Amino acid sequence: MQTWTTAAYLIAALLFVVSLAGLSKHETSRSGVVFGIAGMAIALVATAVVALGSASGLGIALLLVALVIGAAIGLWRARVVEMTGMPELIALMHSFVGLAAVLVGWNGFLEVEGGEVEGDHLQLAGSLLGIHHAEVAIGVFIGAVTFTGSIIAYLKLSAKIASAPLMLPGKNGLNLGALVVFAGLTVWFVIAPQVWILAVLTVVALLLGLHLVASIGGGDMPVVVSMLNSYSGWAAAASGFLLGNDLLIITGALVGSSGAYLSYIMCKAMNRSFISVIAGGFGATASAAAAVEGEHREIDAAGVAEMLADARSVVITPGYGMAVAQAQYPVADLTRRLREQGVEVRFGVHPVAGRLPGHMNVLLAEAQVPYDIVLEMDEINDDLADTDVVLVIGANDTVNPAAAEDPGSPIAGMPVLRVWEAANVVVFKRSMATGYAGVQNPLFFRENTQMLFGDAKERVEDILAALKTLTPAG
Amino acid sequence: MSDSPEAAEPAATPSPTAPPLRIGVVAESTKAETRVALTPETVRKVIDLGYTVTVETGAGVRAGFDDAAYAAAGAEVAEGPVWDADVVVTIDAPAADEIERLRPGATLVSMLAPRFEPERVEALAVRGVTALAMDAVPRISRAQSLDVLSSMANIAGYRAVIEAAHAFGRFFTGQVTAAGKVPPAKVLVAGVGVAGLAAIAAANSLGAVVRATDPRAEVAEQVKSLGGEYLAVEVEQEASTDGYAKATSEDYDRRAAEIYSEQAADVDIIITTALIPGRPAPKLITAEQVASMRPGSVIVDMAAAQGGNVEGTVAGEAVVTDNGVTIIGYTDLPGRLPAQASQLYGTNVVNLLKLLTPGKDGRLVLDLDDVVVRGLTVAHAGETLWPPPPVSVSATPAVQPAAAPQAEPRPEKKRSPWARAAVGIVGALALFGVTAFAPAELAGHLTVFVLAIVIGFYVIGNVHHALHTPLMSVTNAISGIIVVGAILQIGAGSALVTALAAVAVLLAAINIVGGFAVTRRMLSMFSRSPGRS
Repeated sequence: MQTWTTAAYLIAALLFVVSLAGLSKHETSRSGVVFGIAGMAIALVATAVVALGSASGLGIALLLVALVIGAAIGLWRARVVEMTGMPELIALMHSFVGLAAVLVGWNGFLEVEGGEVEGDHLQLAGSLLGIHHAEVAIGVFIGAVTFTGSIIAYLKLSAKIASAPLMLPGKNGLNLGALVVFAGLTVWFVIAPQVWILAVLTVVALLLGLHLVASIGGGDMPVVVSMLNSYSGWAAAASGFLLGNDLLIITGALVGSSGAYLSYIMCKAMNRSFISVIAGGFGATASAAAAVEGEHREIDAAGVAEMLADARSVVITPGYGMAVAQAQYPVADLTRRLREQGVEVRFGVHPVAGRLPGHMNVLLAEAQVPYDIVLEMDEINDDLADTDVVLVIGANDTVNPAAAEDPGSPIAGMPVLRVWEAANVVVFKRSMATGYAGVQNPLFFRENTQMLFGDAKERVEDILAALKTLTPAG
Repeated sequence: MSDSPEAAEPAATPSPTAPPLRIGVVAESTKAETRVALTPETVRKVIDLGYTVTVETGAGVRAGFDDAAYAAAGAEVAEGPVWDADVVVTIDAPAADEIERLRPGATLVSMLAPRFEPERVEALAVRGVTALAMDAVPRISRAQSLDVLSSMANIAGYRAVIEAAHAFGRFFTGQVTAAGKVPPAKVLVAGVGVAGLAAIAAANSLGAVVRATDPRAEVAEQVKSLGGEYLAVEVEQEASTDGYAKATSEDYDRRAAEIYSEQAADVDIIITTALIPGRPAPKLITAEQVASMRPGSVIVDMAAAQGGNVEGTVAGEAVVTDNGVTIIGYTDLPGRLPAQASQLYGTNVVNLLKLLTPGKDGRLVLDLDDVVVRGLTVAHAGETLWPPPPVSVSATPAVQPAAAPQAEPRPEKKRSPWARAAVGIVGALALFGVTAFAPAELAGHLTVFVLAIVIGFYVIGNVHHALHTPLMSVTNAISGIIVVGAILQIGAGSALVTALAAVAVLLAAINIVGGFAVTRRMLSMFSRSPGRS
């Protein structure tokens, strides 16, 4: 590889760093994406030029066709995806990276160990060859775990399979066993590279990925998605080692560590141990929680409208239910209307609301809710006691007082939005079913809580209609 | 808070009790007590819990609730005291003769001041009464709704400002009028607990310039949020673990005294609220400092019942010093807003009964494994249960308008510095070992790898929470960089390698283009509200 390729890779890597840095602030986020695209373009062009020099005509044709088809599919998906379907899309894309890493790993094996290539530039000797074997094994392993894990996450998020955690007996033992088998196979593979060993290793990794994510419940998906994001980065980095390509290593490490950090933020928000997330199946050990019983009170849309018309300050705490019901547009309309009437409306977003980190923010942004009234849990929690009305739209576990008050609850200690401190709480809900964590919510039985049953979108529209009759605009 | 029981009412005839339990609301025997333990509104809620309620005739008169209102709420109004009920609720602790009239096995809910009057707790235990002290509720967030110290302190803080304004006899707010300029009153609040915060809020809303002191630096934000200015005492001070202020160090006291001297000469009104559990109130303001205040100035000493924060305070009275400074030492400040004080106290009692009546069937269940119940149960089954085992809470005390406490995070496993150093050294050695014995090429890659990990952590360290999703879709697009590897493999080998590489290129391309496109789409939606910076 010539020096100018390395130079181009260096520039691309720097652009990626700047891109990620830009994305941490609203003001610079758009230029961040531009930097990322520029970096990718430079990397692609530089690599393509190298490939043109060595590849056959057929290879180049295939390359172009694959690039064009891939780009077309990518553009099409990006254009048609609903903002509520974002988690599924991102999970699916992680699986692509994982699968690509598996393919690259297998190719690396076929090229070198498999003797498929006669070219002398790939002839490695001695310790380097051993390291290459190990790199192949590790790259394939991480890629395969990412691949099946992301597929399961995609299926769970798009409700194609049940999101309840899979509880196999001795699941920690299974995970640990898979790792031990992987380590053993890797050593064997380094000593005696055989196709079947790599095949077994791939299957073990695929199964491990399946099991890791299958044993995690739907409510913990934000952590899982960002964890898979991190894994896909490590898979790219492993491929970088395999190919001796610094750009892949740098980019993979960037994505891997930033994804890990994001998962760590999520874990802290849920008061969970980071290790148990990575190990999979956390939050599955339910201890004896206090039974919650009582009477809940119902309210109708007109009643909520009256309450809102009299309120001085309103806080809306959205959850996954808002995404499911596609209620973000009527919620945004309601927000606008109340703000025009001088009511202070703010949003309180729990860090793990939705199925993706920042999911609620994206939905609210889609519906044109100004981002400076969308606040984080820590920013809004202290103000909730002074709030007249809290509208809980499709959130459950993130507003569960049991987390703060019932030490026996499975979600005990998880920081939650303390909506129950507000004067009035209206909970939008389909029925009295429990949330994803499977925990009953004593909030529903509080004195200051009233339930508004039905589809969140329809109910918010009803409230809007009732508000219009109460206070004609003008 | 006044809790000095003196006289007793004549005995009532014992009546047979049948399930569900009967709750008795007695008329407070102390002359000065204007409050009543349950208002008609709270009586209704108690009845909803399955209990029957008997109210002594005239119990709520001084708080503005007549017997008819109680009857309308569903209570039985009885002539004479109701000390024989299954559960007796009062504001003030019962006197010795009243304790004798409680039935053994009955439950008493009252402000018992167990810290100051252990003899009474002893007497209740001997009598076989289950005694629940409303003023011994642990300060944890779950118990906020039953904490009468907080609810009463809130009222007292407000009332302290009103008393001060009355005695002050001047405007609080500054005005510029055609007849000249009036400067705003300056108020110093010493001790920022619930009462202090309420006083800051009340004084601020009257238009005064408000300053506040407190040994706990963490209250600064709360003071600011209510429009006050926090005067920091720049001395190191231990963090509070139980939500109450601690006794202060010598350095601190010296520096604080200087601040009080400066402030006394400057401000018009001082409101002191400093209390330390289990000890006499700390003396904050000396006689000299009082003497340095301008004539007409007012001091409200809210700690008067515990000995006072101010030299010269007389508990229960307002005195005027030689230089014309009024020192108000009323101990019944909450009782001066009797209707609301009763309502809040009653709500606290209702919340306690809710906790104790899980079945809502009018039966009391005392779960001593519950820290809240354990904390406020001072006597049960003939034994004294005071003091309870300590309960540690987060730094800020409960029920504060500005910063309510958070649920305690699960304590992180703290390693000792040595252990952490050891882990660090082992990690560094392992990295050293791997890199040192690796071939030169791999060593180079490892260097790049490790540095890139560190950069990754720092680059997104402060990512805005709203941008988590866009960040993820961009990193997702970027991780499509694996396309580079696939491209390099595409034309270089056999048909199988080429085919696999082509599939990999296709997948990665979907990722790259899709990731960037969807991020751009998302970011274009984020907008800021118009006209805000």
